[in-house]
Amino acid sequence: MGPVLADNSIYRDVYSFFVGFMPHQLWWLAYLIAGLTIMVLLANAVLLNTAVFQWMERRLLGRFQVRFGPNRVGPFGLLQPFADLLKLLLKEDIVPEAADRFLFTLAPAVMAAPVFLVLAVVPFGKNSYLLDLNIGLLYIIAVGTLSTMVLFLAGWGSGNRYALFGATRAVAQLISYEVPMVLSLVGVLLLAGSLSLVQIVEAQRLPFLLLQPLGFFIFAVASIAEMNRGPFDLVEAESEIVAGYHTEYSGIRFGLLQLGEYAAASVPAAVIATVFLRGWANPFVPLGWPDVLPSHLWFFLKVFLVLFLFIWVRATVPRLRIDQVMGFAWKFLLPLALVNIFVTAIEVQLWRQPTTAQLWAMVLVNWVVAAVAVGGLSRAMERHRRRPTASVAPVPISVEVR
Amino acid sequence: MEDYLRQYGLLFLFTGVAIGIPASMLLVSRMAQLARMRPHKPSPVKAQLYECGMETIGGRWNQFNIRYYFYALLFLVFDVEAVFLYPWAVHFKKLGLFALVEMFVFLAILVIGFVYAWRKRALEWR
Repeated sequence: MGPVLADNSIYRDVYSFFVGFMPHQLWWLAYLIAGLTIMVLLANAVLLNTAVFQWMERRLLGRFQVRFGPNRVGPFGLLQPFADLLKLLLKEDIVPEAADRFLFTLAPAVMAAPVFLVLAVVPFGKNSYLLDLNIGLLYIIAVGTLSTMVLFLAGWGSGNRYALFGATRAVAQLISYEVPMVLSLVGVLLLAGSLSLVQIVEAQRLPFLLLQPLGFFIFAVASIAEMNRGPFDLVEAESEIVAGYHTEYSGIRFGLLQLGEYAAASVPAAVIATVFLRGWANPFVPLGWPDVLPSHLWFFLKVFLVLFLFIWVRATVPRLRIDQVMGFAWKFLLPLALVNIFVTAIEVQLWRQPTTAQLWAMVLVNWVVAAVAVGGLSRAMERHRRRPTASVAPVPISVEVR
Repeated sequence: MEDYLRQYGLLFLFTGVAIGIPASMLLVSRMAQLARMRPHKPSPVKAQLYECGMETIGGRWNQFNIRYYFYALLFLVFDVEAVFLYPWAVHFKKLGLFALVEMFVFLAILVIGFVYAWRKRALEWR
């Protein structure tokens, strides 16, 4: 006997390879070795992806701001992330005396762990995944949230006031954006009928981006806010709270926090690519084009497309105020997410097994609903904002940072 | 059932790998210090907290805006809602019209609560 994990997966292949060398009773050893092999591959892929993303972000931000960006180390500055890592490894390690030493060390050590763990259930290509959990999406949301706990750990452990401010802001922001993010995926679940990412990819006859424009919009915005990237980077707003939770960090500890933060961007990118862009599927096959490129390439192409979108948003939109950030989550995204659930549920009820024509009708309806809902709500908010609030007593200006 | 447990066994192993790889970088940096490639010159000034160049007044304890708790309460309500919504959404195609109506009633009650919170200005950041 042996484990029969997810029949066609790459794990199964590696497992059969290793179990060939061993006596039959040692199948559990093959089970562990095969697991470890894929895990190390996966972890390295994540780290490399993070390095490339960091390089890409700095280069593109340079372009957006009409400057060059890092271009000295290696061709096109490609080796810059590695030079940075080496530099940070060799910097002095300073622990402030007011810090809680254990938490101060623990936070950078576990910062990147949620990212690795989340990507274990994402199919990187046809049959290429470590695990096909039947609760995939729920698991991703649950584990992805952990990184904010780590931010709080870092903020608390530093013993610095600014760090703690940054950490509380991170938690408040997470709490607010978690709700629309979770609700935006309900439409996808209604259409796919499964939480497993592998099955969600297979369920997409049309990419869910077309069928769920509102869901995609809400998920993308909420995930930018959840990973504390611009324009939602209040957590480390330099002009207000120094550097937020990593004020006291230096050297390799700082490097690990940054690693976790940059790696965190690949989680929503991978989820969006899988859930809304049909994952590893070649988008041109339905048009009758030959399917020559490997599926992994398509997956990474889509991931980097989403990452480019994140960088673009960061370069374009200025940082928001905290009341704007909170208001946007609760008053804008949450009602939109509820509208999306209502509309999608009615559509799925009407067309249980939709034909292609019905699917396209769904696309049309959903885009119209999305346009009307987003446009109407923004106009309503605009009116609300312009109305003079005479009944409210003027609030004394407080210089206190909160 | 065994498959199920073996999946989570792999996940457990992966947790170790996911924490081990970044933590090993801390270890490598520590080794660099032992090999005298990384400086180590502690001083009392260096170990002070950062406070824009001044000495820190007071500790880390500070007042928090009460709003944080409001949002936490709202979050609790809507996250619990998500717990009900997910299984419903996954099995929706098998459940039929009754489930649709029932979930809409549930959502309507929540929306009423949400509108109430909005009207009571619980969503404003002041």
